[in-house]
Amino acid sequence: MRYAARVCQVTKEYVLDGGTVRALRGVDLDVPEGDYLAVMGASGSGKSTLLNLLGCLDRPTSGTIWLGDEDVTKADDDRLSEIRASHIGFVFQSYNLIPQLTVLENIEVPLIYQGKCGPKYRKRCRELAEMVGLGQRLGHRPTQLSGGQQQRVAIARSLVNDPLFILADEPTGNLDSATSEEILSLLESLNRDGKTIIMVTHEPDVGARTRRIVRLMDGKVVSDRRLDNKEPCEANAAI
Amino acid sequence: MTLLWLRTWQVGIKSLLLHPLRSALTVLGIFIGVAAVIWLLAIGEGISRKAQEQIEGLGANNIILRTLKPPSEVTDRLRGLMPYGLTRDDYARLTATIPTVTRALPIRELRRRFSYKGRMVDGRLVGSTPDYAEVTKLEVDRGRFLTDADGREKKNVCVLAAGTAEKLFPFEDPLGESIHVEEQYYVVVGVLKPRMPTAGIGGSLAAQDFSSDVYIPIETLRTRIGDLVVTRRSGSFEGEMVQLSQITLRVDKVEHVMETAELVKQTLALSHRIEDFGVTVPLELLEQARTTRLMFILFMGLIAAISLVVGGIGIMNIMLATVTERTREIGIRRALGAKRRDIVRQFLVETVSLSTVGGLTGVLGGLLCPAVTKFIQARIEQAFPNVMAQLPDVIKAVEPTIVPLSIPLAFIIAVTIGVVFGLYPAMRAAAMDPIEALRHE
Repeated sequence: MRYAARVCQVTKEYVLDGGTVRALRGVDLDVPEGDYLAVMGASGSGKSTLLNLLGCLDRPTSGTIWLGDEDVTKADDDRLSEIRASHIGFVFQSYNLIPQLTVLENIEVPLIYQGKCGPKYRKRCRELAEMVGLGQRLGHRPTQLSGGQQQRVAIARSLVNDPLFILADEPTGNLDSATSEEILSLLESLNRDGKTIIMVTHEPDVGARTRRIVRLMDGKVVSDRRLDNKEPCEANAAI
Repeated sequence: MTLLWLRTWQVGIKSLLLHPLRSALTVLGIFIGVAAVIWLLAIGEGISRKAQEQIEGLGANNIILRTLKPPSEVTDRLRGLMPYGLTRDDYARLTATIPTVTRALPIRELRRRFSYKGRMVDGRLVGSTPDYAEVTKLEVDRGRFLTDADGREKKNVCVLAAGTAEKLFPFEDPLGESIHVEEQYYVVVGVLKPRMPTAGIGGSLAAQDFSSDVYIPIETLRTRIGDLVVTRRSGSFEGEMVQLSQITLRVDKVEHVMETAELVKQTLALSHRIEDFGVTVPLELLEQARTTRLMFILFMGLIAAISLVVGGIGIMNIMLATVTERTREIGIRRALGAKRRDIVRQFLVETVSLSTVGGLTGVLGGLLCPAVTKFIQARIEQAFPNVMAQLPDVIKAVEPTIVPLSIPLAFIIAVTIGVVFGLYPAMRAAAMDPIEALRHE
């Protein structure tokens, strides 16, 4: 079995006001390719920290994290940036689009930092925008779009570099239930096509839509439960 | 790679256009700095060029000797009428003994009132030889200048400067008419073209003005008026015995001017016991003017540099605000794979764009300097003629000359300032922790 990410005995400590906060106390987590998992837990359980480590935005205090075949705990800041640009797709709770750029330009951003510019890549961005249903709004700015539309742009952006996995941080947190439903079905269909998705959420309804639920408490994995008959998706067609 | 730069630049321009007023004000700071560099240098150059022209008007080959009134304590001790100043003997000795002197002009000047049919004008009565016209670069407009024959025969003839002719003969043709100067009549034989004033000589700061002169042969002046001049002053008479007011020597080559001047001083020192003459060497003045010009440019440059630095601080200030405001965007870009140097590049591109636009418009504004100066001069002339008349000639008639080097210089400085003052905010942006930046509201 191939793994999109493997987390081995990872700890993370912060120094705050002289005291040390142990946000993660030895976490193990394997994410096979094609999996769709929800990381759940109360606030302060360490799920944001885990997300930052998986997103290569931070480095663990100890332990190793493998993304694909690479041990990212040894990478320097520039290399981490490269990994983020080429292997990770981010979807945030507050969409995090760049306000002065159009839909098309927002989708293009991760490619630019890989030095990929040109008509070929433009075409890919356009296709992704069409795939998430925004083919008619390529020239719009984020402020001209609804929340659900913005989140769909963000999902298109997370797919543009063909990442190892999509890291979604409460992707439906700012949306009403109808729009949440749209986003969740979009993510589900992506997963059916073979995309690995790691989602952080605290809503049980949202977690129930995934294949596997990992619960964190006080910096440790307290349960790792695969939902009934939901093995990782085998078909890994490139999107 | 070039595409990356292009894209970064596009994004930078977009971000700047998001706050058009803010960007315009920042550009204004650099615009003023760059335009100031060009303006100050152009005006400085114009003034010094004017001064240089005036000095050159004296003739770089010339040495000018002028009679000076000795300090009063010296004359008071001697009492009575004391002759002083340059003499005809000095003139003869200098022309005979110094081989590098090719030509010499004896000149006698007096303040007189000229009149014609009730019209009067005060001016200089200048007695000299026919060479005077050539050495002081006077050109005849109508008629002729003085001739050797006029001098030999001590004729009562005169040549009018343009200003005198205009005031005395506003309607008539002056040629052949006689003007009245203290009980004597002189027939006008020629009128000169207007001439630009030269720099002041003999220690006086006032420029030498040729516009209200009347020229007569020096021999005639000696016969009709003589060396003794009596002026009435508050009840008492005061006499002055002066033979020549000025001797202008022309030296054969410019390289010989300094040595000749030294020789002249030594020769004159033998026959003059008191300091009753002054030596002016235009060449010396010219060199002084060059030094002054350099100082002037340095000074102006300093002022301009200060305004550019102020502009740069403006850029830095705005960029720091922008960085804080766009913390979130920086976080997003970092999360999406931007390296620290990508962030630095992005903010630098923005500052350099601002300063480049400021630089370009500043150069355009700088090029307008001569036209604007002319316009302002004309406006002041129109609105406040009195104020204008009181201004020194160098300022009144200054024609700013754009120094070609100042354009690339100002522009390069502007761009450099964009980089230097943009670097700190850019590095601060790049140093942000992406997680913190993403959390920023």
